[in-house]
Amino acid sequence: MALRIVMAKLGLDGHDRGVKIVARALRDAGFEVIYTGLRQTPEMVVDAALQEDAQVIGLSIHSGAHMTLIPRVMDVLKEKQAEDLMVFAGGIVPDEDIEKLKKLGVAEVFTPGTPLQEIVDYLRAKFPGETAAV
Amino acid sequence: MRALARAISLVERRDPSTRELFETLGEPRPETEILGLTGAPGTGKSTLADALVAWHRAHGESVAVIACDPNSPFTGGAIFGDRIRMQRHALDPDVFIRSMGARGHLGGLALASREAVRLLSAYGFDRVILETVGVGQSELEVAGVADTTLLVLAPGLGDGVQMIKAGIMEIADVFVVNKADQPGYERTVLEIRSMLNMGPKLPWKPPIVATVASRGEGIDELMEAVARHRAFLVSSGRMEARRLERLKDEAADLVGEWSRKAARRLLEDDDDLAGRLEADKAPYGAAESILKEEGARLVPGQQ
Repeated sequence: MALRIVMAKLGLDGHDRGVKIVARALRDAGFEVIYTGLRQTPEMVVDAALQEDAQVIGLSIHSGAHMTLIPRVMDVLKEKQAEDLMVFAGGIVPDEDIEKLKKLGVAEVFTPGTPLQEIVDYLRAKFPGETAAV
Repeated sequence: MRALARAISLVERRDPSTRELFETLGEPRPETEILGLTGAPGTGKSTLADALVAWHRAHGESVAVIACDPNSPFTGGAIFGDRIRMQRHALDPDVFIRSMGARGHLGGLALASREAVRLLSAYGFDRVILETVGVGQSELEVAGVADTTLLVLAPGLGDGVQMIKAGIMEIADVFVVNKADQPGYERTVLEIRSMLNMGPKLPWKPPIVATVASRGEGIDELMEAVARHRAFLVSSGRMEARRLERLKDEAADLVGEWSRKAARRLLEDDDDLAGRLEADKAPYGAAESILKEEGARLVPGQQ
C-alpha cells in the first residue's frame, strides 16, 4: 500500500517552489502525494487529509506565520480525533521554534538546504510497511 | 466521513474483507446519479468537475468526486492535483473529494473506482462525479460505470478524422466543448456535428454543449442535457438493462483480476508449470492447466 501524503501551503504564502520540489521527490520515492495548493487554512488541510485517508500531512510555510498556523493544524487534528496522522513541516523556521513545534506533536521540521533524500529516508523509516502502489 | 475514506482505502488495497461489505451493500442506490467525466489531458475536466460541484450545491444536492490520475509505472508514486481546482468547496460537509491513483490499471479509471462509487452512494451522496485520468482514444471503462458519460473536448485538438475514429468518441452521451471562448471552437462543434450526422440514426443523439468551465458558463445547459439523457435511459428501459450489464462487467473483471494475481503466483511457485513453459515455448498449455486444475484456488481466501 502506498503511503499517501497531503502536501499544502499554509496561509498567505505564494512561495510554492520548495513544496513542489519535495512533492516531486516523494512521488519519485513511490509515495502518492496529494497537493492541495496555495493559501490553505489549517481546517482545509486536515479535511483534505481525512477525505484522502492520508497518513501524513506535509506543510510548507515561508511566511513567518508558522507559530500561528501549524499549532492550529495540530489543534484541528485533535478536534477531529485524528492525532494519529503524522505532520511534518518545511520552510524557514528558527531553531527555537522547531523545538516548540515538536513539543506540540510535529514530527519533524526540515529547513532550507535539507537534502531531498533525507526527507524520503525519514518517511521510509517512519512507515516501513508502506511500499509502492504499483 | 473518516470511515468512508478508510473504506475507500481498503478497496484500493484490494482487501478481501471488503467482499462481505459489498455483498451487504449491493448495487449503488438508484437515486444516486453517476456522472462520468472523460477526455484528453488539459481539456478542463477538473475545472468542469469544480463547476459541476458548484451547480449541484446551488441546487441543494450533496456531491462526491472521484478524481483518477496515473501513477508512475517506474516507482508507483503519483502527484494528484485535482483538489487545487476544487479548493472553493473545501470545508463544505456535503462535498467529498477523493484522488485515486490508477496504479497501473488501464482503462482510464482505477481498479477500485467502481467500488468507491458504491460506497459513496451507500453513504448517501446524491451525485457522484467520476473523473478519469486524461485519456487517449481507447480508455472507455467509465462508460460502463457512469449513468451519463460526458466527453470533454477543447478547441484545436484534432481534425475531422480524429472525430470519426472508433473508440472514445463513441462512448459520449453528451459532448462538452469546453474553453468555448477560445479560437477554433466553432470548428470543433461543426466537426462533432458532422461526425454524428454521418452515422446511423441512434435512439439517443448525443447533444453538444459549449462551456467555459472556469467561468461557470454553459453549466445550466449541460445539466439540462444530462437530465434529458437520464430521462431517456429511464423511459427506454436502458437504465434497467444497464444494471445487469454492469454486474456482468464486474463479474468478468473480477475473474480477470483474481486469476491474473493468483496465476502469477502459481507460475512463480510451481516448478511443473515453469517446466511446462520451458518445454512448450508458448504460454497456452500452462494457462489452460492453471484454469482447469487450479480453478478454486484462484479465488482469494481459498486454498
